[in-house]
Amino acid sequence: MFKIKKFLIIFLISFFTTPLASKEPTLLITEIVNEASMILSSADPVESKIIKLNNIAEINVDIEGIGMYTLGKFRNNLNESQSIKYKKLFKSYFLKSFSSRLVDYSDPKISVVSEKKINDKYTIVNTVLEETSKNPEIKIDWRIYTKNPERPLIRDLIVEGLSLARTQKEEFKSILQNNNEDIDYLFKSLEEFIIK
Amino acid sequence: MKKILTVIKILVISQVLTLSVFAGSDGTIELSNKNNEQSTEVKDCFEPVNRAIFTFNQGLDKVFFKPVAKGYRYLPKPIRSGTGNVLNNLSNLVTIPNNILQGQFKEAGVNTLRFSINSTLGIVGIFDVASYYGLKKLDKEDYGQTFGSWGVKEGCYFVLPVLGPTTVRDTLGSMVNLVGGDPWYNVTISADTKYFNNSDYYYSRLATGIDFRAKNLEAFDNLEKNSLDLYASVRSLYLQDRKRKILNSNETTETMNDDDWEEIDSQ
Repeated sequence: MFKIKKFLIIFLISFFTTPLASKEPTLLITEIVNEASMILSSADPVESKIIKLNNIAEINVDIEGIGMYTLGKFRNNLNESQSIKYKKLFKSYFLKSFSSRLVDYSDPKISVVSEKKINDKYTIVNTVLEETSKNPEIKIDWRIYTKNPERPLIRDLIVEGLSLARTQKEEFKSILQNNNEDIDYLFKSLEEFIIK
Repeated sequence: MKKILTVIKILVISQVLTLSVFAGSDGTIELSNKNNEQSTEVKDCFEPVNRAIFTFNQGLDKVFFKPVAKGYRYLPKPIRSGTGNVLNNLSNLVTIPNNILQGQFKEAGVNTLRFSINSTLGIVGIFDVASYYGLKKLDKEDYGQTFGSWGVKEGCYFVLPVLGPTTVRDTLGSMVNLVGGDPWYNVTISADTKYFNNSDYYYSRLATGIDFRAKNLEAFDNLEKNSLDLYASVRSLYLQDRKRKILNSNETTETMNDDDWEEIDSQ
C-alpha cells in the first residue's frame, strides 16, 4: 500500500512539474508541408484531397482570428448574431479558398529556410517553394501565432512579401465601403463564393 | 506629334509589361509605416472609372497577354531562361542609376559588374555567368522606387488603360525613363545609332511583360478564382509590392501593420 502511495506521489509531482512540450513553429510548418505534400501527390480523388487539406487547416490555422483581422474596424459594428453568422461564413469561405488554392499543385516542394521570433506572440518561418519547369522559386513566409506555445497557429502567409491576410482584409473593406458598409452584402458575397 | 505618339506608345508598353498583371476600390487604403508609426493613405482616385478600365484591361489580358504567355510556356526551358536573363541584364541599366540615387553604392557596383560580365562572357546576357562568380542577382530598382525612398508620397492610385495600376509617383518615375533615365531607351530610340532600331526597345519591353506573365499564369488564375473583389485584391497587392520594394526590405514584419492583430489579441 505504501509503495502504491509513493508511486502515486512521485507520478503526480512529476506530472505537474514537467512542462508540456511546446511545439516549435519550424516543426509545425515542416509537418504541415510534408502532410500536404503527401495528400497532393497521392492518387486520391480531388474531393478526398480537399477534405484532408481542410482538416489540416482547421487544426493548424487560426481561422477565427484571421476572420476577425480581415473584417478590420467593421468587426466592432457586428451584433452577436451577425458575429456568429460571420464566423461561420468566413470559416466555410476560408476553407474553400484554401483548398482551392492548393489543390492545383500536384507535388509542391517546400523547404524551411529559417525562422525569426518577432516577440512572444509571433514567429515568422521562412520557406521556399522550389522552382519547377513552369514556375520560378517563390518565397513563402508563415506568420505563426505562438501565444500558446503548445498550440502554435498560422495567421498569415506572406508570398514574396505580399500578405494574403492583408489583401483579404482590403478586399472585404472594399466590398463594405462600396455597399454602404452593409454587412449583409458581405455575407451575400461570401455565400455566393461558397456555393459557387 | 510623332514624338508624343512615341512617348505614349512606350509608356503604354512599358507599363503593360510591368504592371498589367496587377491591373486592378474603395476610397482609401491604409499602409502603415511601422518605423515611424505614421499612417499614410493612398487614395483611389476616380474609382468607378478605374474599375471600368480594370475590366477593359482584364479583357485585353484574356485575348492577348494570357494566350501569348501560354504559348511562350511551350518554348524549351533554356530558351525561356535565356530570354529572362537577357531582359534581366538589360534592366540593370535602369537599376544601376537608381542604386546610386538611393545611395546603394555597393549594389551599384555589384550590378555594374554583373552587367559587364553577363553582357560579354554571358553573350549579351543569355547566360548568367556573374552568378557563377558569386555575384548574385539583386533586386531591381526604378525611378518610382527612388522617388519613394526620397520621401515622395504615392499620390493618387489609379488604373490606366492597357498600362494597369499605378500611382502618380510611379507614373512620374516611368516618365523619367523617357527623358534620358533609361540608357537602353536612349540608344534604341532617342539616339539615331546604326546598331539598334526603335523596334528593339519595343520588343524588349513586350518580351519582359510576356516573360513575367508566363511565370505567373497559375498565380493570377488562382487570384482570379478566389477573389471576392479582384480589383481590390490587385490594388492591395500592387501597393504592398511597391511599398516593400521602396523599403528594400525582405523583412516581413516591416511591411506589415500589426495594429489589428494586436487588437484581436487583446480581445
